Amino acid sequence: MIRYIRRAAALCLLLLVALLVNAARIQLFQAEALDSNPANRRQAIVRYEQPRGEIVVDGRPVTGSRDSAEQLRYERTYKDGPLYAPVTGYASQTYGTTLVENAEDDVLSGTDPLLAPFPFWSDLSRGRRPGGDAVTTIRAPMQKAAYRGLAGRRGAVAAIEPSSGKILALVSSPSYDPGVLSGTGAPVADAWARLNAAPEQPMLNRAIRQTYPPGSSFKIVTAAAALDAGVVTDIDAPTGAPDPYLLPGTTRVLPNEVPGCGNASLSYAIRWSCNSVMAHLGVRVGLPGMVEAVGRFGFNDTGLRIPSGVAKSNFDTRMSDDQLALSAIGQFDTAATPLQMAMVAAAVANNGEIAQPHLVERTTTAGGLTVRRWGRRTYRQAMQPSTAGRLQRMMVEAVKDGTGANAAIPGARVGGKTGTAQHGLGNTGTPYAWFIAWAQAEGQAQPAVAVAVVVEDASANRADISGGGSAAPIAREVMEEALRLPR
Amino acid sequence: MTASTAGAPPPAPRPTNRRGVELSLLVCAVLISVFGYAAVGLARSDAVPPDVAGYGAGLGMLALVAHLAVRLRAPYADPLLLPIAVLLNGLGLVLIYRLDLETPRDEAAPTQLIWSTLGVALFIAVVLALRDHRVLQRYAYLSMVTALVLMIVPIFFPAVNGAKIWIRIGGFSFQPGEFAKILLAVFFAAYLAASHNALAYTGRKVWRLQLPTGRVLGPIVTIWLLSVVVLVLERDLGTSLLFFGLFVIMLYVATGRTGWIAVGLLLAAVGAFAVGSLEPHVHSRVEDWLDPYASIEAGQGPGQLAQSLFAFAAGGMLGTGLGLGHSILIGFAAKSDFILATAGEELGLVGLTALFLLYALLVARGYRAGLSLRDPFGRLLAIGLASILALQVFVIAGGVTGLIPLTGMAMPFLAQGGSSVVTNWVIIALLIRVSDFARAPVPDAVETGVIAAAVEAER
Repeated sequence: MIRYIRRAAALCLLLLVALLVNAARIQLFQAEALDSNPANRRQAIVRYEQPRGEIVVDGRPVTGSRDSAEQLRYERTYKDGPLYAPVTGYASQTYGTTLVENAEDDVLSGTDPLLAPFPFWSDLSRGRRPGGDAVTTIRAPMQKAAYRGLAGRRGAVAAIEPSSGKILALVSSPSYDPGVLSGTGAPVADAWARLNAAPEQPMLNRAIRQTYPPGSSFKIVTAAAALDAGVVTDIDAPTGAPDPYLLPGTTRVLPNEVPGCGNASLSYAIRWSCNSVMAHLGVRVGLPGMVEAVGRFGFNDTGLRIPSGVAKSNFDTRMSDDQLALSAIGQFDTAATPLQMAMVAAAVANNGEIAQPHLVERTTTAGGLTVRRWGRRTYRQAMQPSTAGRLQRMMVEAVKDGTGANAAIPGARVGGKTGTAQHGLGNTGTPYAWFIAWAQAEGQAQPAVAVAVVVEDASANRADISGGGSAAPIAREVMEEALRLPR
Repeated sequence: MTASTAGAPPPAPRPTNRRGVELSLLVCAVLISVFGYAAVGLARSDAVPPDVAGYGAGLGMLALVAHLAVRLRAPYADPLLLPIAVLLNGLGLVLIYRLDLETPRDEAAPTQLIWSTLGVALFIAVVLALRDHRVLQRYAYLSMVTALVLMIVPIFFPAVNGAKIWIRIGGFSFQPGEFAKILLAVFFAAYLAASHNALAYTGRKVWRLQLPTGRVLGPIVTIWLLSVVVLVLERDLGTSLLFFGLFVIMLYVATGRTGWIAVGLLLAAVGAFAVGSLEPHVHSRVEDWLDPYASIEAGQGPGQLAQSLFAFAAGGMLGTGLGLGHSILIGFAAKSDFILATAGEELGLVGLTALFLLYALLVARGYRAGLSLRDPFGRLLAIGLASILALQVFVIAGGVTGLIPLTGMAMPFLAQGGSSVVTNWVIIALLIRVSDFARAPVPDAVETGVIAAAVEAER
């Protein structure tokens, strides 16, 4: 019997070994795959176990966290949610993250290895660090002025500090409160469905994710191309553009809204927004020259990040001459994001150089130590400095005594350009009113702000819609706030 | 796995009875449990739970009283059995308390503590009342009948979670099948001890298999078949597997007939296949085992087994620490059948291995007692009881780690479940009794053959 007992004991030993080997298989060799299985909620639970870091505007957090006592514990809250939604985006347990919440998620959620006091700390300690903060470049007064100015109409405002590329305001209207998407359950799902189904698309970030035909505001780009290409050497000399102007190869007449455009100078054409002159100049620069010139401003760039991705602003690279003529005045397939047009104004204001636009100045640990700081860098040289100087003069004149008079600020040098873009089949859609501008306080070495405003106002009288009428006052208010800020 | 002196003649009288070792090990076992309890509190609310002293004192008192009973009536018992049982029971309470924090409306730890107290009380009662395990031999057929009754009764009660293994009277529920396994082990041991020679050496030879006479084999096969049928009717495959394994191991130890084991395994395979493909409850378990992640791919979220595997994986080598895991995601039965997943997640592979080794040690001490004993009944009883523990650990631990299809069964001492805790304490009490007998300095002068013959005569 002893021998059989020993054999039975050996069987028990075998069972023990089988258990241990199997446990090692699961806990060591398959652990990584199982941990990252999307159905495994542990990662989500750990992620929401601590309050998320804050997004800071003007030294004050515009976000917060609420202890929901649910499984995914801390839910995001937003102060002035609709105002800052185009900056912060949302951070939802159900729908993930967007915009800065997404771009700086590693810091905000505490997984960024640089948050740890020592390298490899997080590997050793297995724990998360408290979420760090993302400090944005947004200036609250400008953001509020822009949001107030849009007053719920469909539109967007983007403002940049030309010298540094800091995005000072980024507003999309109508907006939404991203806080309603925080958490889980039916209310969140309902809010999501409602926001997505709303005809006014509140979750669309129009400032960076929507492109609009820029209309006449694009004429600054065409003028820069003509000047850089040497097509125009004297901005006050006649350009030889006929009025009425026939689109090349067709019998269609390109109408002008203002008189006196026949054979007008570039300066006159910018001040009064002559379609014929700018179309003519665009065709004279030619397709390759135009494509190259718009590329220097950032058109057709699919890779611009601020740090969230910015939609591509389009300028067709294959067109006939009549299409090129239309494209040169911001029509046909030309389309730009408001941020892109703010970059156009910034290029003029900053002597032709575009500083890389960015929204996050630095990230810090929860204790306030800097994790990463944004270093200034050049995005592109959009035009020669001399060209920029001449465009500055023309844009100033357009505000002083031209279409952009509504943007004038006493005691400051303001340059601007209006735009009114038709869209829809047979131009039946509500036109977009554009205004791009920059402003320089007296006694300052360089312009403090460049801004682009686009407004779509379905309720307004169609004839009223013009860049000068509805967009320029918003731009002025934003620029006034910028000039008022301590530098 | 067991002592090297096992085959040798009975050891000479020992000068020491090792009760001091047992007491110091008990102190360690209680302290480890108390530390675990405090660690949960520190991890969850940055404070030692206010009742940690009371908890420690309560567990310490239970351990002390049990120790005194052993010291009084089983002074030569194996000094490892009681400390391991106390440690496992204490850790089980810690794990259940820890899971209670996730389900504030369903607190299981206080109930478990009451059951543990009852279990220790029964342990003491058995140690005090049962002076000689051979007495049990007289009640072989009574235990068999009682075991069958206990197994049949739950059929008349409504099924709980797909298995008809519960008796509910008022708010009080227990699993009679748990007690039945001790009774069956007693019956098998007594019966096989009385007739192992007849089983091994008589009978007809059919092909290469020597079959014992029907008169000898008949009753035992009948009992076994009956118990298996009852269990299949109750849809409790785990216990069925346990009884079968117990029967095969004890039969093999008693007779040494490998051929029968082969036939038994073949029958078991056929039976398992038949039940696995015909019985929907069991069939789904087998499907789960074959592909634990199927429900994820089907878009229905992870099933229980997948959640259990996730928990083990999250533990890794060192675990997340007590109170810091998320094994509650397993949901239903997290405190009972799946308690091991919490141990795996929060204590890691290291802690899990330690737990397995504790069980292995318990089983090894049981086998050692079996080897040292001289009477066949005691031997078979010790082997049977130790094998119950070993099989039970393997069936449930293998189930929750995806090694074998999952069958509902309680991890001895760890899992929530009153009947199981009480039964396991009785098992430990019986093992204490036989080990005391095995290690006592003055061997009893009783001839084993006389007892065996007496049982034969009683039939």
